[in-house]
Amino acid sequence: MPGPAATSTIFLVLRRLRTPLIVLITIFAISVLGLTLVPGPPGADGVLQRLSFFHAVYFFSYTATTIGFGEIPYAFSEQQRLWVTFSIYLSVVGWAYTLGTVFAMLQDKTFISAVAMQRFVRQVRRLREHFFLVCGYGETGRLLCKALDEMGYRAVVIEKDEAKVGELELQSYSADMPALCADAGDPETLLVAGLNSKYCRGVIALTNDDSTNLAIAIAARLLAPSLTALCRAKHADTVANMASFGTRHIINPFDKFGEYMALAIHSPSAYHLLLWLTGLPGTTVTRHRDPPSGKWVLCGYGSFGKVMTQALESAAMPVTIIDRAPPEDGTYTWIKGDGTGHAALAAAGIEDAAGIVAATGSDVNNLSIVVTAHQMNPQLFTVLRQNQVANRALFDAFESDFTMVPSEIIAHECLAILTTPLLAPFLQAVRTSEEHWAEQLLADLTSRFGWDVPSVWSVSFNLVQAPSVYRKMMRHEACPTLGELLRAPVTGRPQLHCRPLLLLREGNAPLVLPGEGEPLQLGDQLLFVGREEARKELNLTLFNSHTLDYVLTGKDAPGGTVWEWLARRRATARTR
Amino acid sequence: MNLEKVIFGFFIVLAATLNFGFFIGDIDNPAHHDLYELFAAIVVNLIATVLKFGDRTQIGAIHLATSLVADLQLLAAAMTWGYAAHVAGTGLTEGVMSSIVSLSGGALFANVVSVVILIAETIMQRR
Repeated sequence: MPGPAATSTIFLVLRRLRTPLIVLITIFAISVLGLTLVPGPPGADGVLQRLSFFHAVYFFSYTATTIGFGEIPYAFSEQQRLWVTFSIYLSVVGWAYTLGTVFAMLQDKTFISAVAMQRFVRQVRRLREHFFLVCGYGETGRLLCKALDEMGYRAVVIEKDEAKVGELELQSYSADMPALCADAGDPETLLVAGLNSKYCRGVIALTNDDSTNLAIAIAARLLAPSLTALCRAKHADTVANMASFGTRHIINPFDKFGEYMALAIHSPSAYHLLLWLTGLPGTTVTRHRDPPSGKWVLCGYGSFGKVMTQALESAAMPVTIIDRAPPEDGTYTWIKGDGTGHAALAAAGIEDAAGIVAATGSDVNNLSIVVTAHQMNPQLFTVLRQNQVANRALFDAFESDFTMVPSEIIAHECLAILTTPLLAPFLQAVRTSEEHWAEQLLADLTSRFGWDVPSVWSVSFNLVQAPSVYRKMMRHEACPTLGELLRAPVTGRPQLHCRPLLLLREGNAPLVLPGEGEPLQLGDQLLFVGREEARKELNLTLFNSHTLDYVLTGKDAPGGTVWEWLARRRATARTR
Repeated sequence: MNLEKVIFGFFIVLAATLNFGFFIGDIDNPAHHDLYELFAAIVVNLIATVLKFGDRTQIGAIHLATSLVADLQLLAAAMTWGYAAHVAGTGLTEGVMSSIVSLSGGALFANVVSVVILIAETIMQRR
């Protein structure tokens, strides 16, 4: 169903051009008719000649379109010239009117948006690969689209702001991203953008407006219930509302960061492992200083401040709050002020504090707070809230210990959920693990793959994702272990630069870090971490049965019917 | 009463009547078929076609289709006339005249369909 808006362009054009076309036809008819009636010069026999319809139509066809061959088929009489003069002016008016209408229509807003809509619908309908529907192309949307593009996924974007849609068209993505300037809260728009297309893999609501995100969540829930929906929510009541009708992935950047912070305090290695696994592709994770225990100072007790206070207090670190207004739940120590000056910071005891959190809504104030505090106590651990991605240069220059960028946190979370569904259970295992286990694993992985963000991918051993292995195991020809399979298809069969992190088997609890000797079973789902090359080589093994044979046996099996037949003959001859 | 409906109906009926006027008479007798009437029929048919542009309903689509058929047939008739009179040099023979008139007869049929649809539409509306 193309939707009512999709087919309307041609009708819009026809309807707008109705009057100009009728005017043109009428003018042409009057001119031609007149020319056949007006007497011409006398012919050879002395009788007045008249132009036939054929000649009159011919004459006006070239005169009205300003080609002007002259007077054909003979020099006109004065009466004919009088009529032609009149007709020429008439047709000029007709053409001017028609062209004026056409140009006015081309610049008309409704017409332009109808054309854009139609193009968008066509692009979406012609998509023949999996795509994600991204609603809202703000800072988060941009980060996410870039990451999806790098990972080879397509995205369809809906954005309300025309300027941002224009920006998207200027970005050099490797694949074309259809974008529409419309309100994503409208279910009709979501359907046009392919919400219930069979190629849609997930819908991501990232608009600035909580009510729009809510509308997208409920539309996705009702119109495409099986689709993964990720929704950003700023306020706690929106989160509760979305959760009430079963939205599975609700992302509140402040809560997420609070979780990270709590994890960083509780188990720094687990925190770093998490950062490393969920980083944006092409970036490097730097190892932070571990947050020290002791007294903390927090400036700006907003929604983020609240989450941070809870995270710190639950780790038994006393927090002093600096804010203009007293906190509603008045159990914390409170100093009046905005934290940008010496007085308030000194009053909060910055000299003997372990760390400071600058959590106000203004980037400039946050920077001013940490710079001042750092001067007063150079040992301070600093946590900075960055509100605008555009201020990145300033935040990089300061080198805080933690910088909380909402858009990046949301993008990380979305990528982790969408592209590798198996990552979530593994991360859960990391979160609840012992510190020394996480430390050991982090040391192992980073010494092997470096601190650059690795490739994380999952494979299901079924007919679609691993046809060669599937066929081999169905025929009971082999039952490879993980260690046997994870070898490169080159001379010497070295180990692939990747490591299985999680094994999910029907009916069993998820197995974290499966060993090399683990035999594979059909239907297993595995999560891998490693280099991009390893992923490609493993894919080759999983799809090509000759490569699989080589990886398992180290021998090049003959390909093609004739060679296979010869090989079989040779084998039977040998056994005889 | 709606002026737009009056104009619409006027042109459709006029297209049919002019077409009929040209068609009636002996099929091979040029004296029975006036050139100016053919011209008027073509112009009115073209205008009727343009008036039907932009209607998205099913009936609107059939309306437009019948008009396009009538245009095609009448223009073919006019071209045959022009070819016989100016290009072939044979003049209006009986054979040429019958093919012109039969072409216009086809157009007349399309125009009658158009009028029938118009009437049906009017009756359907009951107001």
